[in-house]
Amino acid sequence: MSPAHPPHEGAAPAVPTWDPVPVLLLLALALVAYTAAARRARRAPRGWNGLRTASFTLGVVLLAAALLLPLAHTAHDPRVHMLQHLLIGMYAPLALVMAAPLTLTLRTLPPTRRRPVARVLRSRPLHVLGHPVSALLLDTGGLYLVHLTPVHAATQTHPAVHALVHLHYLAAGYLFAWSIAGPDPAPRRPGMATRLTVLLLAIAAHSFLAKLLYAHPHTWPPGAAHTALAEEAAQWMYYGGDLAELLLVVALFTVWYRRRARTSRPLVERGARAYPGAMFQRH
Amino acid sequence: MGTGRRSKEYDTRWGRSLAATAVIGIGLMAAVDEIVFHQILAWHHFYDRSTPTVALMSDGLLHAGELVALVAGFFLLADLCRRHALHRRAAWAGLLLGLGGFQLFDGIIDHKVLGLHQIRYGVDLLPYDLAWNGTAVLVLIAGAVTAWRSRRAPGTGHPTTPR
Repeated sequence: MSPAHPPHEGAAPAVPTWDPVPVLLLLALALVAYTAAARRARRAPRGWNGLRTASFTLGVVLLAAALLLPLAHTAHDPRVHMLQHLLIGMYAPLALVMAAPLTLTLRTLPPTRRRPVARVLRSRPLHVLGHPVSALLLDTGGLYLVHLTPVHAATQTHPAVHALVHLHYLAAGYLFAWSIAGPDPAPRRPGMATRLTVLLLAIAAHSFLAKLLYAHPHTWPPGAAHTALAEEAAQWMYYGGDLAELLLVVALFTVWYRRRARTSRPLVERGARAYPGAMFQRH
Repeated sequence: MGTGRRSKEYDTRWGRSLAATAVIGIGLMAAVDEIVFHQILAWHHFYDRSTPTVALMSDGLLHAGELVALVAGFFLLADLCRRHALHRRAAWAGLLLGLGGFQLFDGIIDHKVLGLHQIRYGVDLLPYDLAWNGTAVLVLIAGAVTAWRSRRAPGTGHPTTPR
């Protein structure tokens, strides 16, 4: 890291300078709380899967990396920016969702303090907010809003707007991953067909926006300087977003695969019983 | 043997085996197109700068479908294997039908109707188009024949792991 680097091109520092220490401390605190709860849950009869703890750790590490990334580059590099957004809005939320923090909270809280959490889970606003369609509107809709309106220019000059946009990416990314494939309790979550359709639309919308930014770097985002790097950033958005969404598709089908093992009627056993040997006539 | 082969269960198994691998074939051919022609040969591109926005949008949906198809197909296949319900010949037929079907779709709809991109630039397109769509039709015919024979040939419905 070279903090004394002057910003290039005489522009105002594109990434607002701010102190990352409080956020890093908050992340460390979250990690400590999670691992402590996980250790307690591990001693209980139902136990706690170590992979979930690993997933939470990965999520926290990705968030910390995303925070520290721009500090290493004082000059505005849209690729670094894009990588940061991919980490905050897609990869870290997915890792955190897979860690099932709500389930862990419910397992380790004493029964009297579980009730308020359950009440929130039963509340109507949460059902509306947690519906895949509203999660899609908040997540991908927010992405369009930032990139196709002057919000993007505002993030370059106002550190507070920049921080808020990042916070929104994280929250909306988490909401979306949870509404599609989260292991945490999700009352009134719609069925597989709805979730798959929403996920398809999300992937399509993401790749469309990436190609749009690639195709019209002079128009969008408004107010941003057009460089060859911006085109490259759009490609990173395309391929990086793809990989994250591929992981989410796999997560969704893993849920389907597990549930199918419990609920579906056997295809062969029944036939084999009705017509002995009918299925296995090949010797 | 064989009176029970055309049972309802047999039909379900046959149909699901064919559908699962057809979905994989579609996703696989789309991925091959993206990797071989877009990235390795770089004959045509991610985006060729003359494509209208509407075509880009439909391309996005197509791309999303390909990604989901690949994952969905493998999970459907895994589910059939787990339940010892895979009809192997139907599965091969499905794969061929999926591969050929997507290639023909890409050749006709993407290249010609939507005009997303051409196979290659700066060359006479006709031999490329003929080779592309001709291969697609051949693979489709191979798939149809395999599917036909998987229904007719006796004793094709053996499970993946004999018990």
